Amino acid sequence: MADTMIEIKGLNKYFGDLHVLKDVNLTVKRGEKVVIIGPSGSGKSTLIRCMDYLEEPTTGEVIIDGTPLTKKNHLEMARKYSSMVFQQFNLYPNMTVLKNLTLAPVKLQKKSKEEATKTALAALRRVGLEQKAGEYPQNLSGGQQQRVAIARAMCTKQPIILFDEPTSALDPEMIQEVLDVMVELARDNITMICVTHEMNFAKQVADRVLFMDDGQILEEGTPEHFFTNPQNPRCKDFLNKILH
Amino acid sequence: MLDGLFDARRWEITLSSMGPFWDGFFFTLQVTVAGLAISLVLGTVLGIFSTTRSRVLRAVSRVYVEFFQNTPLPVQVFFYYMAGPRVLQAILGAPSPVRISSFAIGAVGVGLYHAAYISEVIRTGIESVPRGQMEAALSQGFSRPQAYAYIILPQTFKVILPPLCNQALNLVKNTSVLALIAGGDLMYNADNFVSTYGYLQGYIMACVLYFIICFPLALLVQWLERRSKRRPRAKSIPGITPAPETAKEA
Repeated sequence: MADTMIEIKGLNKYFGDLHVLKDVNLTVKRGEKVVIIGPSGSGKSTLIRCMDYLEEPTTGEVIIDGTPLTKKNHLEMARKYSSMVFQQFNLYPNMTVLKNLTLAPVKLQKKSKEEATKTALAALRRVGLEQKAGEYPQNLSGGQQQRVAIARAMCTKQPIILFDEPTSALDPEMIQEVLDVMVELARDNITMICVTHEMNFAKQVADRVLFMDDGQILEEGTPEHFFTNPQNPRCKDFLNKILH
Repeated sequence: MLDGLFDARRWEITLSSMGPFWDGFFFTLQVTVAGLAISLVLGTVLGIFSTTRSRVLRAVSRVYVEFFQNTPLPVQVFFYYMAGPRVLQAILGAPSPVRISSFAIGAVGVGLYHAAYISEVIRTGIESVPRGQMEAALSQGFSRPQAYAYIILPQTFKVILPPLCNQALNLVKNTSVLALIAGGDLMYNADNFVSTYGYLQGYIMACVLYFIICFPLALLVQWLERRSKRRPRAKSIPGITPAPETAKEA
């Protein structure tokens, strides 16, 4: 079991009367790259947000590296294990790119400013934006902002990075630059969970694809399986719409 | 009586008896500074309360704000003046009512009153920060108080500074309520002068002195408003980023 990074057991989530996640079970191995697809409202974002405790499960458990997430430990667990890349980037607009990357390492992980800066610049180099270290987020394009957000997630060196529709808010011509960064990042031994509709990205990096609808995981398999031989009718229908 | 306003001799006498005006001026300044400190601290706390998830804290903030915004400041100040000494007597177990200086009444009076308004300014400031900012902070492992301190509140400054200075300006003017309880402030001393000599010049001088405090604040509000609309310029990081292009925007 030491190979299990994330284990989700009997997860249910209600928003009022709305039953968003219905008894979801999922095991993700250390270093595995998982892509979650599905129509909007299917619960995929809620599922990934539960893994970071941005949503509190109504019932059921999310276990990270053997430790169940609770109200008490989730911040500590977030510091140690996971960071999130959001659809809307959520960079801190009042700070430079560099400060965005060094804030958490300095304040939470008690790294020295020099060390954090070094790590941050290395991360920016990886996403090709070292030159923009002194810039403020609002002066960057959407694609650049998202690459900075990914660099920010890399800086805290957690073993899990969660991507919540990272390219959905981008203009089409900027999607590829972000996907390229993600593909490159996937070579690391981090666990990646990614909610996206970019099937080409899934084909390149995913070990496993999950199809969700109506709060349940209806089908899972390799990317090839989804391209060639999907079983569930709703999944077929969905893939037809996004792949055509 | 209005003829007197153009009487050179009256102006002369007024200008040669400015001592109490300046005393009042500096007293008003002191009350302003203390009142502003109280209102900023309390207003920020109440403003944060009103945006937390705790129903109790939100209710505390709401009740406070509604009470102080919907009752007149003079009534509040009269109340402190009359009830304050007895309340302190009861709390401290003193043998007789405890005298409270007009400075304390003034600072607490305008402080508590403007805390309600400042709380609303802070609340709207916090609400102007997108929810994703808190989520990004939480997902990095910041606690809510840390997120407020490092990420949320600094972002509100741009939005809240102009209305905050506006509150400071109103607070200055509202210290004149102290004249009602013989407070020794600028308005009280000016009024004393007018009732002693019968010269309206006294009120005009009071206006001039209030204006001296308030007008720079009004200019500051305008400047802050203009500044808040500017885009931030990139900072240069030696050895990494290109040198800043000077005069690009000019």
